[in-house]
Amino acid sequence: MTLNETKIACYHCGDDCADSPIMLEDKHFCCHGCKTVYEILQDNNLCSYYDLNQHAGISLKSSNFNGKFDYLADEKIQAQLLDFQSESIKKVTLFIPAIHCSSCVWLLENFNKIQTGIFTARLNFLRKELSLSYDPAKVNLQTIIELLATLGYEPLINLQSAEHQPKQNKVQRRLILQIGVVGFCMGNIMLLSFPEYFKLDLNNLVDAAYQRFFLYLNFLLSLPVFFFGASDYLKGAIISVKENLKRKTNVLSVDIPIALGITALFVRSSFETFVNHSAGYWDSLAGLVFFLLTGKWVQQMTYNYLSFERNYKSYFPLAVKARGGYKNVSELQKGDIIDIHNQELIPADSLLISDRAYIDYSFVTGESEPIKKEKGELIYAGGRLIGEKVYLTVQKQVSQSYLTELWNNDAFKKEKRTPTIDLANAFSKYFTYTALLIALATGVYWYFVQPELIWKSVTAVLMVACPCALTLSMPFTMNTTMGIFGRNKFFVKNQMVVQLLTEINEVVFDKTGTLTENKNGQLHFVDGQLKEQEKSWIGQLAAQSVHPLSKMIYQYLGVGKGIISYYNEIKGMGVEGIVDRNFIRLGNAEFLGLPISGVSASQVNVEINREYRGYFTIKSEYRKNWKEVLQQIQKNFKMALVSGDNDEEKENLSPFFDKSRLLFNQKPQDKLDYIKREQEEGKHVLMIGDGLNDAGALRQSNVGIALSEDVQAFSPACDAILDASQFNRLTDFLGFSKKALRIVKASFLLSVIYNFIGIGWAVSGKLSPVMAAIFMPLSSLSVVLFAVGMTYLFAKLKKLI
Amino acid sequence: MAVIIFLVIAALLVAGGFLISFFWATNDGQFDDTYTPSIRILFDEEKPAENHKSA
Repeated sequence: MTLNETKIACYHCGDDCADSPIMLEDKHFCCHGCKTVYEILQDNNLCSYYDLNQHAGISLKSSNFNGKFDYLADEKIQAQLLDFQSESIKKVTLFIPAIHCSSCVWLLENFNKIQTGIFTARLNFLRKELSLSYDPAKVNLQTIIELLATLGYEPLINLQSAEHQPKQNKVQRRLILQIGVVGFCMGNIMLLSFPEYFKLDLNNLVDAAYQRFFLYLNFLLSLPVFFFGASDYLKGAIISVKENLKRKTNVLSVDIPIALGITALFVRSSFETFVNHSAGYWDSLAGLVFFLLTGKWVQQMTYNYLSFERNYKSYFPLAVKARGGYKNVSELQKGDIIDIHNQELIPADSLLISDRAYIDYSFVTGESEPIKKEKGELIYAGGRLIGEKVYLTVQKQVSQSYLTELWNNDAFKKEKRTPTIDLANAFSKYFTYTALLIALATGVYWYFVQPELIWKSVTAVLMVACPCALTLSMPFTMNTTMGIFGRNKFFVKNQMVVQLLTEINEVVFDKTGTLTENKNGQLHFVDGQLKEQEKSWIGQLAAQSVHPLSKMIYQYLGVGKGIISYYNEIKGMGVEGIVDRNFIRLGNAEFLGLPISGVSASQVNVEINREYRGYFTIKSEYRKNWKEVLQQIQKNFKMALVSGDNDEEKENLSPFFDKSRLLFNQKPQDKLDYIKREQEEGKHVLMIGDGLNDAGALRQSNVGIALSEDVQAFSPACDAILDASQFNRLTDFLGFSKKALRIVKASFLLSVIYNFIGIGWAVSGKLSPVMAAIFMPLSSLSVVLFAVGMTYLFAKLKKLI
Repeated sequence: MAVIIFLVIAALLVAGGFLISFFWATNDGQFDDTYTPSIRILFDEEKPAENHKSA
């Protein structure tokens, strides 16, 4: 067979078209799936899909969803997915992981042109969510979802999809409104304050009338600033004072000095306006609140398109085929009989009715090899079936299963620990007392020297002492740090996590999926290379056998078109045969006569024409550079390894871990308990894991990092998601978080210096409105610039950007 | 010069109108997703079928 050397790219997905591309008009397609999509798009005049991006489509070679969505025909199950339903309209939001480019947006938003009955289709690109509204009389949900899957946009539907989470948008919207209103008022106040700065002639009747007008207008404009914009700070301060009076806490929240400053500005300015009829500090007030709110907004910026809160529910399917139709997984009862197909998940602890089954537990327990179960054995929930369809009798409800019980642990009920020292609040304690003391001293001094200056100087001290710059330096530094981490594919949940990272002194690893690559039941070839031609022979031979491993091999390699002239299968050993006059043998070590050492049940050795070529395995290999990473971490941190797997790998790992800290066969609960014990000894623990079996430990740890091959895909609840390709930079991230904290401290110092300069003017009673209007924003801005600039500088030096 | 007072009030009213539309936009959810519209704006209106390019 001659191979065509010039590669032909599929018009739809851009994949290489194999030996025999499918032709339609002048276009080539790699598979029938891609051709079908093209035809659908062409029929609906939607071919600009291909003009927006070349090869925009998603390869459909490996997808097979026949019957996969049948459960959606069930009204009750369907109702759980819908956001809204009535006689004439239904609304649904679907999560579609395959969305990747602008063509996707274009096509999905034109979905109403492909499918009749769809009213609107709206896509949120970052969240990968498609919101649809449709006419239930014309189209049903199953049809819609099957069509989406045909186009390559298969929605991800799991048990979590049925829970409609309250949207976070409300809080964010309020803050945006506050910033908008305060910004509006600030601009107008600044404009109206200008005449004052140019020394109006108050003896001139006209000028004096204008001045009054501007002052009162300023007062009106600052009402929303004070009562709406600053309301959260005022409320926060009142709560903190109350708690201190009740002796619940001795931490003075940073809201107190802020509220003092804002109130002082407001009261003093009102006094100036209505009693003295002279310029107030309105512009300073509005500017201050505006900066504070901006800082808060920056602080809240997170990766809201990544989910850090997933539990077992986003891993479990929504429905399962039971006797007499589909059943919602959360409604499964003891005694229900369910069908599970290849690659499907076992949703509840159940007994096996069929003869045998191979279950892959790598994701839930960390065991790296599929386990063989015989008829009548108990199968724990969470395993993935490999091989033929089986029947099971449910023994326990989903929420009571062995695996899901972990989520009933206390660790999931409490809020996660906060940093031992909340820097801003710790600082605020001294700051508030010092500011009050200085204000008092100033008052006492002027009482004896020049009593009419008391009011002026005391309010000025409180106004200037407001720690605006201080509160800005933390969010801006941390946000910049988060951004730099994000560029390196290390996504932290919020700013607090960066601070928590600085306190870490012990790092705990999981093995399967963390130190090793997570292939999740995926087959891969080790120990050699196979040519394309050889692959097709092997696939063809394996297709003759019904053994689950053979099945996985031919699904992985595809089936060729050679002629099989001889075939023989020896049960429990392997298969041999002649394909296109090549003698091929597949099977275990004994079958091929290989030395039996470290034999593994899930290993299929390959021999072609009496020559050993390597083996297929489901077991994962260690990550690249794993030794270097461990060596680096070893230098600065205590290390431990808790694995759910057996101790087969003990020898490989013992150079890096202390004997007492190298634990195998750990159940999810054991992992959690180990972390708890370490914490009780005063350790700050960083846990790195990937699977559901680490969920408890990730939650209990001070910082839980989930390692993921695809950050959008499932990862258990955690504080940060690290892309697996960046695993070797872990120490850089830990180091940089310490740098970031030092930058925050340096900018604190800078803002304190500003405060002293300002207080110097204030005590002398010489702080004029103009000076305040220039000095206060300038100090805030320079602190922000310093913080952001330094963070970038250090990131450059550390080669993180 | 009294016209200044009139002008300032008029200006404030106009600006206030925009502030109200900002309120409307926020509550309508226009700031909930700030990324997708940047893609959406690049799409042309419907093209006739025969116009589309071949590969």
